Amino acid sequence: MELAKKDHEQPSVQSLAISKPESRLYMSFISVAFISLLIGGLMGLLQVFIRSGKFTLPAGIDYYQILTVHGVILGLVLTTYFIIGFHFSLMGKTVGISIKQRKTAWVAFWIMVIGTIMTAITILFGEASVLYTFYAPLRAHPAFYIGLALVIIGSWIAGFVNWRQLALWKKAHPDEKSPLLAFMVTVNTVMWFIASLGVAVAVLVQFIPWSLGYAETINVLISRTLFWYFGHPLVYFWLLPAYMAWYAIIPKIIGGKIFSDSLARLSFVLFLFFSIPVGFHHQLTEPGIDPTWKFIQVVLTFMVVIPSLMTAFSMFATFEITGRRKGAKGLFGWFKKLPWKDVRFLAPFIGMLAFIPGGAGGIINASHQMNALIHNTIWVTGHFHLTVATTVMLTFFGISYWLIPYLRGRKLTPNINRLGIIQAIIWTVGMTIMSGAMHIEGLLGAPRRSSYSEYGGGEQVSEWIGYQMAQAIGGTILFIGIVLMVYIFIKLTFFAPKGEEEFPIAEEEVDAQPTPAFFENWKLWIGITVALILAAYTIPFIEIIQTSPPGSVPFDFPIGR
Amino acid sequence: MRKRKDHQASENEKPNLIGTFISVMLLGAFIIITWFGAYALFISR
Amino acid sequence: MHLHKFEKIWLVCGIGSLVVFLFIVGYGAFWQGTHPQSHGVTIDPYNIESNEAFKPENLGLTKVDDDKYIVNIAASAFNYDLGKDEEGNAVKTIRIPKGSTVLFQAATKDVVHGFHVAGTNVNMMVEPGYVSSLETVMDNAGTYTIVCNEYCGVGHHMMYATVEVYE
Ligand code: HEM
Ligand SMILES: [Cu+2]
Ligand SMILES: [Cu+2]
Repeated sequence: MELAKKDHEQPSVQSLAISKPESRLYMSFISVAFISLLIGGLMGLLQVFIRSGKFTLPAGIDYYQILTVHGVILGLVLTTYFIIGFHFSLMGKTVGISIKQRKTAWVAFWIMVIGTIMTAITILFGEASVLYTFYAPLRAHPAFYIGLALVIIGSWIAGFVNWRQLALWKKAHPDEKSPLLAFMVTVNTVMWFIASLGVAVAVLVQFIPWSLGYAETINVLISRTLFWYFGHPLVYFWLLPAYMAWYAIIPKIIGGKIFSDSLARLSFVLFLFFSIPVGFHHQLTEPGIDPTWKFIQVVLTFMVVIPSLMTAFSMFATFEITGRRKGAKGLFGWFKKLPWKDVRFLAPFIGMLAFIPGGAGGIINASHQMNALIHNTIWVTGHFHLTVATTVMLTFFGISYWLIPYLRGRKLTPNINRLGIIQAIIWTVGMTIMSGAMHIEGLLGAPRRSSYSEYGGGEQVSEWIGYQMAQAIGGTILFIGIVLMVYIFIKLTFFAPKGEEEFPIAEEEVDAQPTPAFFENWKLWIGITVALILAAYTIPFIEIIQTSPPGSVPFDFPIGR
Repeated sequence: MRKRKDHQASENEKPNLIGTFISVMLLGAFIIITWFGAYALFISR
Repeated sequence: MHLHKFEKIWLVCGIGSLVVFLFIVGYGAFWQGTHPQSHGVTIDPYNIESNEAFKPENLGLTKVDDDKYIVNIAASAFNYDLGKDEEGNAVKTIRIPKGSTVLFQAATKDVVHGFHVAGTNVNMMVEPGYVSSLETVMDNAGTYTIVCNEYCGVGHHMMYATVEVYE
């Protein structure tokens, strides 16, 4: 009761109505994400079965074809579509969208869909079993690369619309600070745009002409460097929407306030700075890059840990302040005051917990020569199933429980809430088993991206296979979680009772310190970002070009083309 | 009673964050332990 | 902008730990020479035999000194070429006495491969046009599987060899 009263203490400036046609746009993006979840999850299930050694695929289907589907559809399609749908919902709610902008957003959607279908067809026909990283000189069908380029271009258009939305709002509200969520969306889309320029150049300038036969050879190291210039910010593009929910939505759900608007903005600005100039930490064991430059990017990678340290503090502080306000006593009494039975809180909270081992593992991965301990072992797969497939996914699920009914004019019923809690628990159990087994197996040296193999029967290998059995068990549990989640999605979209669901956006304390105006200085933030990128990449990139060996001709036979 | 407490907390300049502090420190300890664990494994190999 | 006292302490401790981690790996890398492999040595990807180390007769294990060995590997989809034994069969297992210093050198004839002596720190990418190399001391006896740990095509999981470190 107390809480309900508090909500009305100050009129919310950040709450616009979302019209039916808008909802349709946002739901379209989100629906593609959930369809992807089902398809990709099925592939994941097949992967763990095959890797257990107890199951073989029907003739004609290759493990790596399935793995390509899994990586592309979950790593690239699901994430990008959900994030863009979520971005648009946040912008629509906080700064509004014009009809023209909405139409442009539909153009973005359809360009992305066409690209996705092109890519999907090439993979299904076995013409693109190159995995989602498509490392040269393995050559996929040109339509695979063209499709990916379209997805990226579509996502840019969506980002441009977001920028325009904020710009128009600012024109209408000259002396106000931008709404926190709109600020965060803008940071994420700016980061995405700057980062995906790298992969766009690789695809448009290198891969497409080369796969079509117009260019005879490709510079492999440059293509990899451009890919990883994009690849690390890619994972932050996934993570930041989860952080948006943690900073600005979870406080509302638990009946509290934003811990600090300025610190939230500061951490996002730091993510913008340090997410991009760090790609070498994925290339630490490559032969052609100067180790001093690798180390410099390792240092920059460690800088990007800092905003996550800040986030950890903000989260705990939000919980503690809210709990104490509800009358909690003692050191940890506030912990009991959290709404454990509300899936909108529980699922993202488990996501936060998963980020503790996820983050700790990430620091190990990035530790320069220590990377050799885990590079390309299945540990890495265990790592990102914690970070993206748990932290990010459970937060996205937590968002879906209110966003979908809100957009569809329905209600999250206690029944669905209970199913959601079961879903979150299934996910936690399945992932703990699967990811745990992957981490250990990886430390024992087992490679990632590998079909079942006894490797000539070495003594090490029998140990690995035991952990692969455990992964099959964990993966099966996870798949049940995916089926349940898709069921919940369908229920929320089509069958939940009509009603009104809250769009939870937290507010600041009444007496919060004002946010400094310099946060709106986008030229400064982008300038520093570009300067850091140039500092980290210019010299090593020139070195790579100057010392390049002859380029590589395309190879089709290794992927069975 | 309760209501008054409410009020105090929001006007209080320094909220009581001792639980938060202990929590993040435990988190930090976890990071340090896992990192040195991995480092020891790296050195031993 | 205002930071709570506890947050300041937390950030100082957190950032301090990161600095310590960096100092430890930086010390190892710059003073003890344990950088990840990065020699930048190039090779003709269409003719790796143009490099002495990858001539067919030099592939596999070579003893260069007491306790000092070189292992040269030509990688291709989906095989590690470690030379031939006396009977002309392809070598699949390399035997090295414990405590030896071993220099692994690998190059690829086609696509990108990995080279990981599983359970050791010998873990490198092998990319067209470059020689990958890493020197290590094999201090622990045992049988180690060399696995290709970068996806190279349909036979990727069939690409392996064995290293035996004996007492
Ligand atoms: C039923 C649930 C899932 C299962 C059983 C599963 C299982 C697996 C397995 C076994 C691999 C490694 C295969 C290998 O390296 O050979 C893998 C890779 C991967 N998974 Fe999942 N996964 C699941 C859900 C997810 C989700 C929800 C995401 C992302 C949101 C995801 C993203 C990825 C990515 C990006 C890869 C890397 C693909 C590559 O290396 O090319 N997975 N998954
Ligand atoms: Cu990264
Ligand atoms: Cu391979």
